[in-house]
Amino acid sequence: MEIHDLENYLAHHPFFAGLAPEYLALLTGCAGNVTFAAGETVFSQGGTAEHFYLLRDGRVALEFPHPAGNGVVIDTLDAGDVLGASWLVAPYRWPYDARALAPTRALALDAVCLRGKCDADPALGFDLSRRFAAVIVERLHAAELRLTDMYANPASDVSDAAVAAGAGGAA
Amino acid sequence: MLPRVFTVAARHEETADTFTLELLAEDAADLAFAPGQFNMLYAFGRGESAISISGDAAEPQRLVHTIRAVGTVTRALAELAPGAQLGVRGPYGTAWPLAAARGRDVVFVAGGIGLAPLRPAILEVLAARRDYGRVVLLYGARTPGDVLYAAEIARWRARGDIEIHVTVDAAGSDWRGNVGVVTQLVRRAGFDAAHALAMLCGPEIMMRYTVVELGRAGMSPNDVHVSLERNMKCAIAFCGHCQYGPEFICRDGPVFPYDRVARWFDAREL
Repeated sequence: MEIHDLENYLAHHPFFAGLAPEYLALLTGCAGNVTFAAGETVFSQGGTAEHFYLLRDGRVALEFPHPAGNGVVIDTLDAGDVLGASWLVAPYRWPYDARALAPTRALALDAVCLRGKCDADPALGFDLSRRFAAVIVERLHAAELRLTDMYANPASDVSDAAVAAGAGGAA
Repeated sequence: MLPRVFTVAARHEETADTFTLELLAEDAADLAFAPGQFNMLYAFGRGESAISISGDAAEPQRLVHTIRAVGTVTRALAELAPGAQLGVRGPYGTAWPLAAARGRDVVFVAGGIGLAPLRPAILEVLAARRDYGRVVLLYGARTPGDVLYAAEIARWRARGDIEIHVTVDAAGSDWRGNVGVVTQLVRRAGFDAAHALAMLCGPEIMMRYTVVELGRAGMSPNDVHVSLERNMKCAIAFCGHCQYGPEFICRDGPVFPYDRVARWFDAREL
């Protein structure tokens, strides 16, 4: 992908919708294409958050590793999704593993490059922080919804009459 | 109000706590129903429970119910083996708006056991596939082991004329599908929100936030239909157990246009 193609891709990505053209040019200078084979590690828990990614296709699992080897997948991201926010906040460490579940193409944006440009232009930093905040809030809300365990069997030792929604009755 | 006697012809385990019964009437008469309706199933000596019909409306001679063992009655139903008998009253309630969906894109959104009441509607749409636009099924379950009708979903997917996204709340590293809430799947689905009709069934909190996501995608609440559930006793709007605001879910529901019940979704202790 050429530089102007990169800039064009960023310009049309929903995450950067409405971003000023001069900032698009700045960000393009920090961007590059990457690919991951199915099963390949994108990053590992505890590693330095050197990039964030815009997924172009494929699928990535976010996973808490387990010493026994079978980790817990807490989220999956697909084409169009943003992967990684830890580059924004010190100490810039990944809190979990990211692993490609399918052949995956992404745009990687270099964290050191981005942070330098954000420091040099706080308006860019504020804009990017606000965009990431929206992503983080949305994922936090999704996580909160999952915390309700809404599909759990609502009762194990009560009569059917005491059971309301989701119990296997008329809805 | 008198139940008809049915015999269990077959029983299938769906998940750890959910099973499907195939039932044949002792009097050999059909039990015609519309997708979305429910029956009162009577476990003799234990009581009745309202259970949505999950079979094919084109096969009214074979009644199919997918049931989650939750309480006294459903656990008694879970103990029924082929050859056992039970009572059936019904069908009751309103149906999914399949006639109104003709010519339009159709979006099914199910959570957990909520796929069971939608299954007859999905079967009817797939049987007359050319009568509908794009058809999408978004389904959320707790874990991969809790996915209902997994083999049938695979067959539907293989048809190539229905877009299916399945997600789970949590999974092990061997799962290759989506992990996340079902509401997040709305934006991944390909449908024309301005000309689509959505049918939702699952926990109310799931349906409430799915409506929000469908709205973000451009769909009007008028085009969303939900299936609700409350404790039912008589199933004919006499006893009041299933009253939901001014509605009786057994008679006026379980399928409602969302805009008719939207204000009650946020009401507490209702």
